[in-house]
Amino acid sequence: MKTLLFIAFIFFSPPGNANEEQRIRQLEEKLRCLVCQNQSLADSGAELAGDLRRQVREQVAAGKSDEEIIEFLVQRYGDFVRYEPPFKASTALLWIGPFALLLAAGATLVVVLRRRRNAPEEPALSPDDKRVVDRVLGPQDRA
Amino acid sequence: MKRFLWPLAIFLLLVGFLAAGLQLNPREVPSPLVGRPAPAFELPVLQQADKKFAPSDMRGKVWLLNVWASWCESCRDEHPLLVELSKKGVLPILGLNYKDKGADAERWLAQFGNPYQLSVVDADGRIGIDYGVYGVPETYLIDAEGVIRFKQIGAITPAVLEQKILPLAAALKK
Repeated sequence: MKTLLFIAFIFFSPPGNANEEQRIRQLEEKLRCLVCQNQSLADSGAELAGDLRRQVREQVAAGKSDEEIIEFLVQRYGDFVRYEPPFKASTALLWIGPFALLLAAGATLVVVLRRRRNAPEEPALSPDDKRVVDRVLGPQDRA
Repeated sequence: MKRFLWPLAIFLLLVGFLAAGLQLNPREVPSPLVGRPAPAFELPVLQQADKKFAPSDMRGKVWLLNVWASWCESCRDEHPLLVELSKKGVLPILGLNYKDKGADAERWLAQFGNPYQLSVVDADGRIGIDYGVYGVPETYLIDAEGVIRFKQIGAITPAVLEQKILPLAAALKK
């Protein structure tokens, strides 16, 4: 009986529902819970996250687009709710910083390597030095 | 000697950034609502179920909207401060009773004192979401035009009250 019900459920569940569920899930994973800040709305067990999930669900059902729903939350909680903050003056360092650091490190590497290549060779031993070496170490076989 | 200066400078810069970072409170997310009109609502009043209140009723006044709940521990910390402030009568304080049970809320006020002109009931937390509430208590200072001028996240401390809220309220009243 249970199996029958399950099969009936699969066949008669409204079309597009699975798509909608997936959309809700994806949205909730893009949004941050403000209470447990390292969890997304989808993962957080905080009560506020539950309330916000309900908001997302209602707005999806009301036919709002993903952008509209994210905008709704950003207006209330700020860019912090987005895991992917928009590019603007206050977030420029966040976006450009890593690339700027990489560039600076690369430039430093190039400069250091060049300087090393252009450094004067160690001067060969002067005849006087050579005599001293030979005296101390004994005559050397030099290739 | 000179070759060590650059790494040292970078190291000190990093230490400076980290030291500044340590002073920040990651739980304090700046509200985008400061400087914007307080979101409208119309909610029933606690203990007077037939009455309704809307923020527009306070037009022309500078007032505090304090989000509180009987289940909220830090609300108890700031509560004596609010009671004291209400006795001075400098600023009207209105409460937003957030996701609470009516009976619990009334008992809480009876036990700790009621500093609020009135409290509105936001039983399912929807208006809280409109106000960007994420950690009760939160307090909003709203000006005569209905614009949010300051938001305190977490309990109000005497320092915040004396140094931020009261001077700002006095300036807004002029």
